[in-house]
Amino acid sequence: MIPDDVNGGRNANLGRAVVEPEETLRVLEPGQTYASVTDKISAIALAHQHPRSWLIGFITSSTLLMVFCYATAYVLIMGIGVWGNNVPVAWAFDIINFVWWIGIGHAGTLISAVLLLFRQEWRTSINRFAEAMTLFAVACAGLYPILHLGRPWVFYWLMPYPNTFGLWPQFRSPLIWDVFAVSTYATVSFLFWYVGLIPDFAVLRDRSKRPFSQIVYGILAMGWRGSAIHWQRYETAYLLLAGLATPLVVSVHTIVGFDFAVSIVPGWHQTLLPPYFVAGAIFSGFAMVMTLAIPLRSMYGLEDFITLHHLDNMAKVMLATGLMVGYGYLMEVFCAWYSGNQFEWYVTVNRAFGPYALCYWALIACNIFIPQLMCFRSVRHCVPALFVISLIVNIGMWLERFVIIVISLHRDYLPSAWEMYYPSVWDFAQFFGSIGLFFALLFLFVRFIPVISIFELRELVHETEGGHKP
Amino acid sequence: MSNLDLTSLEQNAIRAVRSRQADGDSMQFWRSLEEAAAAPEFEKYLHREFPSQLAVWEDPVGRRSFLKLMAASLAFAGVTGCTRSPEEKIVPYVRSPEELVPGEPQFYATAMPRAGYGYGVLAESHMGRPTKIEGNPEHPITRGGSDAFMQASILALYDPDRSQTILHRGAIETWDVFVRAMTEEMERLRKNQGHGLRILTGTVTSPTLAAQLTDLLQALPQARWHTFESTVPESVAAGARLAFGRPVDTVLRFDQAKVVVSLDGDFLSGLAGSLKYAREFIAGRRAVSDSSAMNRLYVAECTPTITGAMADHRVAVPPSQIALLAKHILRQITPESSVAVDRELTGQPGPWLTAVIQDLREHRGASIVTTGAGQSAEVHALVHAINQSLGNVGHTVTYIDPVAVSPPQPGSGLHELVTEINVGDVQTLIILGGNPVYNAPGELNFEKLLSKVSLRLHLSDFQDETSFLCDWHIPAQHYLESWSDIRAADGTVSLVQPLIAPLYGGKSPHEILSVLAGQPTRVAHEIVHSYWQKQLSGTDFSRRWRQALHDGVIPQTAAKPVEVPFKLDLSNLVDATKKSLASDQALEIEFRPDPTVWDGEYSNNGWLQELPKPLTKITWDNVAAISPKTAERLHLSSGDLLEVTVAGRSLQTPVWIMPGQADNCVSLTFGYGRTKSGQLGTGRGSNAYSILPAGKHWFSTGTVRKLPGHHVLATTQNHHSMEGRDIVRVTTLTDVQNPPEHPAHATSHTASPQSMYAGFKYEGNAWGMVIDQTACIGCNACVVACQSENNIPVVGPEQVAVGREMHWLRIDRYYHGELDAPEVYFQPMMCVHCEEAPCEVVCPVAATVHDSEGTSNMIYNRCVGTRYCSNNCPYKVRRFNFLQFSDQTTPSLKLLRNPDVTVRSRGVMEKCSYCIQRISHARIDAKIEHLPLVPEGAVVTACQQACPTRAITFGNLANKDSEVRKLKESPLNYGVLEELKTLPRTTYLARVVNPHPNLPVPGAVPPHAPMPARPATGGKAES
Amino acid sequence: MSGSTSTPPHVYGLLAQFDQPETLRAAASQAYAQGYRRMEAYSPFPIKDMVSVMGHPRSRLPILTLVGGVLGGVTGYVMQYYACVISYPLNVGGRPLNSWPAFIPIIFELTILGAALFTVFGMLGLSGLPMPYHALFNVPEFKRASRDQFFLCIQAADRSFDLLQTREFLNASHALAVYEVPR
Repeated sequence: MIPDDVNGGRNANLGRAVVEPEETLRVLEPGQTYASVTDKISAIALAHQHPRSWLIGFITSSTLLMVFCYATAYVLIMGIGVWGNNVPVAWAFDIINFVWWIGIGHAGTLISAVLLLFRQEWRTSINRFAEAMTLFAVACAGLYPILHLGRPWVFYWLMPYPNTFGLWPQFRSPLIWDVFAVSTYATVSFLFWYVGLIPDFAVLRDRSKRPFSQIVYGILAMGWRGSAIHWQRYETAYLLLAGLATPLVVSVHTIVGFDFAVSIVPGWHQTLLPPYFVAGAIFSGFAMVMTLAIPLRSMYGLEDFITLHHLDNMAKVMLATGLMVGYGYLMEVFCAWYSGNQFEWYVTVNRAFGPYALCYWALIACNIFIPQLMCFRSVRHCVPALFVISLIVNIGMWLERFVIIVISLHRDYLPSAWEMYYPSVWDFAQFFGSIGLFFALLFLFVRFIPVISIFELRELVHETEGGHKP
Repeated sequence: MSNLDLTSLEQNAIRAVRSRQADGDSMQFWRSLEEAAAAPEFEKYLHREFPSQLAVWEDPVGRRSFLKLMAASLAFAGVTGCTRSPEEKIVPYVRSPEELVPGEPQFYATAMPRAGYGYGVLAESHMGRPTKIEGNPEHPITRGGSDAFMQASILALYDPDRSQTILHRGAIETWDVFVRAMTEEMERLRKNQGHGLRILTGTVTSPTLAAQLTDLLQALPQARWHTFESTVPESVAAGARLAFGRPVDTVLRFDQAKVVVSLDGDFLSGLAGSLKYAREFIAGRRAVSDSSAMNRLYVAECTPTITGAMADHRVAVPPSQIALLAKHILRQITPESSVAVDRELTGQPGPWLTAVIQDLREHRGASIVTTGAGQSAEVHALVHAINQSLGNVGHTVTYIDPVAVSPPQPGSGLHELVTEINVGDVQTLIILGGNPVYNAPGELNFEKLLSKVSLRLHLSDFQDETSFLCDWHIPAQHYLESWSDIRAADGTVSLVQPLIAPLYGGKSPHEILSVLAGQPTRVAHEIVHSYWQKQLSGTDFSRRWRQALHDGVIPQTAAKPVEVPFKLDLSNLVDATKKSLASDQALEIEFRPDPTVWDGEYSNNGWLQELPKPLTKITWDNVAAISPKTAERLHLSSGDLLEVTVAGRSLQTPVWIMPGQADNCVSLTFGYGRTKSGQLGTGRGSNAYSILPAGKHWFSTGTVRKLPGHHVLATTQNHHSMEGRDIVRVTTLTDVQNPPEHPAHATSHTASPQSMYAGFKYEGNAWGMVIDQTACIGCNACVVACQSENNIPVVGPEQVAVGREMHWLRIDRYYHGELDAPEVYFQPMMCVHCEEAPCEVVCPVAATVHDSEGTSNMIYNRCVGTRYCSNNCPYKVRRFNFLQFSDQTTPSLKLLRNPDVTVRSRGVMEKCSYCIQRISHARIDAKIEHLPLVPEGAVVTACQQACPTRAITFGNLANKDSEVRKLKESPLNYGVLEELKTLPRTTYLARVVNPHPNLPVPGAVPPHAPMPARPATGGKAES
Repeated sequence: MSGSTSTPPHVYGLLAQFDQPETLRAAASQAYAQGYRRMEAYSPFPIKDMVSVMGHPRSRLPILTLVGGVLGGVTGYVMQYYACVISYPLNVGGRPLNSWPAFIPIIFELTILGAALFTVFGMLGLSGLPMPYHALFNVPEFKRASRDQFFLCIQAADRSFDLLQTREFLNASHALAVYEVPR
């Protein structure tokens, strides 16, 4: 949608440049017209009937959501003592889940913004729900910093506002940086997502038969008419937002990395952490997009729009970021050794051979070895395989946070204070519950909002086909 | 949950360990031991579905019970109205204002009785309610110091489970009815001169009470008075009688001794004079003052005690071998002695003994040989003989007439009472205090016999096992509620004065006795007052009485030393304890009082229950300690259930593998297995008294059998090695006197001077602390003092097991060296108030910040509970209220609180504040007097005040000549983890040991953990 | 001019429908050559050069973004400096009051936030959105502007607008159909 790119094959080549010549991978399967793409996608949002798979999925995730609500209520009533946390392991599932969700929340904006700047047209089919995924993941993540507080009801003390204490937040604390980073990220991601939606809301407004949805979508579309001057401003704004979102994505997980890097806990206190947190975030983010895209395309028969080409590219991105993460693990060990710092070294050894060694090696398997399968084209083109691998990577990334947080904390400086950590059922209840929250939101999104950017598809049609033929 | 270390010690683990030990890498041992043990335990736990949490989430009952445990159980009615002051005139200690100044505490001198002896205390009173106990500087035993029991005694006063009503066969009765009933009974008894009347008391040192008893016995010639003290076996007195033909008490003067040999004698804790002994022993040990004066301690004992932990050379010896050791020592120092050495020594004591004898020979008159209560009369006699022949008597060892008043007729112990009951001589039994049904030796079967007595009366502060078997139960007064007098171990008399009227209308033994004497109207004050009116005869009695109340002691009442000729013919001294183990299943079973709940008297005291045992760090439970070798042989792991059988009676208890324990010995502690205690004490652990033989000493032989099942023990420290980190630094006296090129204790880290930050300038006061690790005996007094001063809640065993104990001040205990004979180090660890505190920087709401005097403070009402500060604290001294731990509902406990300290609620972090409330109090005083700085000694932290050995020094660094500042100049001074550049305000003095030249040096500075070879920085740690 | 006078007041303009972006662009440029100024093209997706063809100026949006960013960043630092140095100075772990390195992350985040907000609301504001009613919505076929059809609307307000001539002109430029847009 960058003006220069609209017509002419130049950027079509760019698009195809990703593809091996002998491959017949397309970003859009042939035979699509402006009308067909518009109808096909908008139909999903406007349909009365929905596939049984949607119903089942929605019910399951809502059930999990109920579990989350119950667990959360119990935690609020009893206190976070119902979790397994203790001293020295004062952070555990709460922060693990926070970081995990935030990480997942990175692919969306990244796909939309960075790929947009790099003019990767294959993003078109996946950016919409990738962004939605970002929003919902950030929503889940945002809950934990509040719920993990000893006194959650005063969470707003972390915001700077004039108060009767005459006190301000302590701006040197990475947790305050988190507050700003996460809220900014949530806001900008939402704006980015919403701006992208405006023309499609106009589509739904115009195509909906029911007055009610006409009104609702009409309001959401804000009177969009697709006039040329609006399109011009729209594209400028979208481009600017992309330009802003890109450093933001990087900064957010960098700051999450600061939570640990700024502390003096052995195993946390490393300049390495921020970059490798970012890589990890993209890694897990793409894994989650994959996990969602694969069932989605089969559920709604979107194979023409989310093609093997997309999956193949995402697999490659995962492969690359996965290797970066692997490099991070290696450097972690090397730094610990090279620093000559006995505390760092003990933590490193304790990770690999201590009481939690199981988790460490599981993490290595999930994040380093198994993803290597994606080196083979055959695997990259085998959809079930990709689905399984993406699931494994999601698990692996969760384990990574467990290793970093729990294993570093449970044995730090004074052996007298060393303790083991064991999660309680409430830890698990809230974790799986938050997954329920995530999917519940996602299913609602699929139900009411175009899962693929329609107007961008129309552009794609315009580039690839004539538009109206056949 | 906890105890992933020794408790989960699997056999293969030990074997793995042994092999590494062979490679001489003692550090390696501990780590691999833990790791070998950890993995299976981890899975076991997961399979057990997070047992630690069961209590919290699974059953509501469990949840409620832990809620109850949080501070000390449910509310009882009728306590709120109980703060009226007593009618009798009592005298403030420090300042006596015209009238009470609100907010200004008052201090009263009184004395705490324990096992019959008096401990002088100052009780802090806020608006008429006692809130804190300190040692009385005027008192010869405490001298301002205190022990855990004294500190915790304040909680006993407000314990909601205390007995609150007079019971007659379980039904509530009034005092008048009781008086009527007793008067009738006494009239009947007077007719037959008190035939069939027996009075059973504990050790009686109170002159008034003794006088009352004597009068009563004169009035009723046929009546008898028996004494039974559950933690003072008769062997002590018997030993003296054996040696001198008459009972005497031994008073030791450790400050005069250069060499101290303890044969199974834990003189640093448990004796009536322990506080004094600890103070004087350490006084003779401070290398900082005059290093040539440092004494040397040898200990031979079965299970490690804090005395053993302080030893320069310790050997683990079965209790039955002690007699043999004593004989060898005696034989060697006085060859002419006629003592028969019937066996040769075997094993490790060899070189130890040679050194001991050499040192004793070189320090005749300046040495002490001592033994413990648990040993046989013969051993006590032998020890007397050794001190005699070393010429210590008169110098380091003096004898005094027994402080305890013994009944007129001989043979008046529990055994005799039992035989009399058996033959049916006893119709009326008055039990004043004590709990014989629980803690009489099981062999005596006291519980069954009691029913043979027709009228049974029990005076006690709880409705305990004995009360339930008595016709009459009278609630006793807490010492802070009662008038009395009591003598200390050295004979000094203290007056006991009440600070508060009895909360539950309790009675004192004086009043019971006067009822028996037919004067039911006399109250304790009148009785005590009139007794002393006779004693302190003279014109100015009222002034001397006032003075005595004010000071807390009556001058010139300490017992004078007596000359006692040594009478015993050693040649025909039979070793009553000589035993040979029948089979290899047979083990020696050793009994001793529990270091925290004593003989069960304190089993309902949450502070003492949750107080980690000094060596094992176990809370809320007792165990059977066995040595690693024995564990290997019997295939036992810590936490396994064990059945210990002695002479047909057996008990079930979890095993604890105790490094430094003598092989083939099981050590049990008293005080647990209570069936009728309060909500905290009932049903915890197992009752060692039930299998205690009726002999005169505290060990025997028995068998053990492993039972199925594993018991999770709540320990506060699960890892016992320093991992080669120089956390506790140790050096030898010789190194201190003429320091080598690179003293081992000197910092191994050149913490670079330059900092990124300019650093804050501290004008005015700057607070700092120094802890002398040579002086810390690990007695735990400071821990409870801190808990009492700062309203620290009790969390209960489940929470301790998950690692959520709340003690601001903990005493870390590290092992170093061999598995079978490790050195033990104690390190008091609390917030060190870093000047560049890592915790503060990460707090998002500025809930922990520095004040202008350099203390790191918690602002509770600002804390939102992110716990980031705890993660970032390298010392892990921050405590978090994961749940509503502190009991804010129980009325009686509200009286307990220190009004100067916030009671924390759920979800906030807390930590040591350097007793900021005391600092600000002193700051205000200084302001009033227009002083630029708070003067030296104006601020004394609770831990510092409690410490009997003055190991903790706190003061104003801005004050040029403050002691703390001097100590920080000492070459021994170092900061724990100083390489992190946290600039701690609390620093430590390296522990100084004084080994015998011919023996291996104990605990040279631990080697660093093996680092991957890298020449650049080697083992140097920079962070 | 006569043309403009002959225009009935209830007419907003004339709407020409095309099925190809190229024809639309061609028609638009012809219209511009004819002297039409007040016209607007509508398409289901952005078409290159459409704006320049109709002689619209470049967008001023980027300047707004810059302003927002600068404002955000300055606010970030001022707020932190005021809180830590002026309003309530505290000794936090011995760190200097003005610990500017620690303030950078928040400054950065607020810069982004300010820029983003200005961009989005600037875009909407300049385009006069939200606009719930517009005359074009009165033409039923206009719905297809969001599907597959392309429209060119010449407004009656244009000086050289004339109902008949303009309709002829539009028909001449290969419009599939021409509609009269009522107000």
